[in-house]
Amino acid sequence: MLEVNQLEVSYGTIKALHGVSLKVPEKSIVTLIGANGAGKSTTLRAISGLIRAGGGQVKYDGKEITNQSPHAVVSKGLCHVPEGRMVFANLTVEENLRMGAYLRRDKAGIKEDVDYAFTMFPRLKERISQLAGTLSGGEQQMLAIARALMSKPKCLMLDEPSLGIAPMLVRAIFDQIVKINKERGLTILLVEQNANLALAISHYGYVLETGKVILEDSAAALRQNPQVREAYLGD
Amino acid sequence: MQLLLKYRTQAFLLLALLVSFVVSQASDNIDGYVLQIMLVAGINIILAVSLNLVNGHTGQFSLGHAGFMGVGAYMSAAVSVEMGPSILGLLGGPSTLSHGVTFVIALLVGGLCAAVCGWMVGVPSLRLRGDYLAIVTLGFNEIIRVVFQNTSSSGPFGGALGMRGIPDYSTFFWVFGIAAICIYVVASMVNSTYGRGFLAVRDDEVASESMGVNTVRYKVVAFVLGAFFAGLAGGLYAHLFGAIDPKGFGFLKSVDIIIMVILGGMGSTLGVVVAAIGLTTLNEQLRDAEKFRMIVFSILLIVMMIVRPQGLLPVTFEKKRRKSA
Repeated sequence: MLEVNQLEVSYGTIKALHGVSLKVPEKSIVTLIGANGAGKSTTLRAISGLIRAGGGQVKYDGKEITNQSPHAVVSKGLCHVPEGRMVFANLTVEENLRMGAYLRRDKAGIKEDVDYAFTMFPRLKERISQLAGTLSGGEQQMLAIARALMSKPKCLMLDEPSLGIAPMLVRAIFDQIVKINKERGLTILLVEQNANLALAISHYGYVLETGKVILEDSAAALRQNPQVREAYLGD
Repeated sequence: MQLLLKYRTQAFLLLALLVSFVVSQASDNIDGYVLQIMLVAGINIILAVSLNLVNGHTGQFSLGHAGFMGVGAYMSAAVSVEMGPSILGLLGGPSTLSHGVTFVIALLVGGLCAAVCGWMVGVPSLRLRGDYLAIVTLGFNEIIRVVFQNTSSSGPFGGALGMRGIPDYSTFFWVFGIAAICIYVVASMVNSTYGRGFLAVRDDEVASESMGVNTVRYKVVAFVLGAFFAGLAGGLYAHLFGAIDPKGFGFLKSVDIIIMVILGGMGSTLGVVVAAIGLTTLNEQLRDAEKFRMIVFSILLIVMMIVRPQGLLPVTFEKKRRKSA
């Protein structure tokens, strides 16, 4: 469904990605793990068009989308939940969700999906008319994911959904990620520092180091891989 | 009643137009000095509400609003001075109607020229953020001032002397009618689904982009629309005082408008209207103490930032209105 070939990105003169290639098959959860600065977020940002790729190619649904503008990418059904949550702090929870459906015109469908978001994350319903900026970190992350789903994506890219969130809420969020993958057949590309957690719910994984893929395998195999265990799983 | 509630923004617009027309007919009974202050307040409302679309709702920082006002003032004045007589002639001599038509044409030309300037400044520079955008718009403001200042003093724009003998078309009806239209357009835009994009851009550009919002287009739309209304305000200003000069559209005028927006509350249309009226009145009260005007304004700003950083009106007020809309 999503295919990245030899993607290269530079920030000024510093090269952040040295030809990253990865494949995300339909209806799967694929995870990208690696240390700080390995280029995980950069990869996602380049795929969704938030930054320009200097080389390589991004293909989605068989069509090339390299360096298209972010709003064009979203309209094709590839939605990015950026790192650090980034909810619209001065809009209410409900307005945030409606913002997510910005490109849609079907009122009934939007209403249905708002309700679906609330059954997924009941805590959001309790805070429906609260300003998003006043939510806790975990609630903001829930809102960011729910908002992304409002655009009815076929593929969702999540950047560090566990960052700075209470462990209890991390559990709840990851449960929902698995659920939307199973129930709605949503393809997910997940970037995580918490490798343990990410590999536990994924089908396939890529290990990134200083802008290169150094290892790829099924998630189960990666969890057994001594190199990965030592470097990322804390053995 | 239900119907009235559904179309209440349109009803407000009609009512405002009607009231300004009625008051305009009776404006001979208003003391000339008071009337003039009211008209200046009306023009300031247009300037502040339109700048609020850019600075308040969309979260950009434009320091050049007076530049757009200047373009509108000069262009519309040029139309009514240079082409006015021939338009009047075409319409069968001076009458209420032919004056009105001339004024509308002049205003529209002024507004459209300002909008084109807004677009020209906007498209390349709206990829900049925060301070950089502020500097570009500030530069634009100065360019406009200097360009008009350096036109030939015998030419239509009069160089540093400015233009005089502009017909006094700006009546209560025109000023407040256009102010009402400006408020209506800005408010209904921001409260629509489309308009929520402006607020989203202000809150977080990256998140907006990843929601499918074309942030550059929103910023350009806000900029062009803001410039258009500033141009109209400039036209009204020129046809109110009958004389304009480049100094009137400098950086200080831009700052005046920004103060209104900040005091009224970024993103609160009603608050900005209140602030525009209040500051215009205060300005008149301080006429005898001209030197201290900016000091008083600065102190007012500092106190405001400490006591009510969100502006005159409570945020919840805006929220409630938005929810019921």
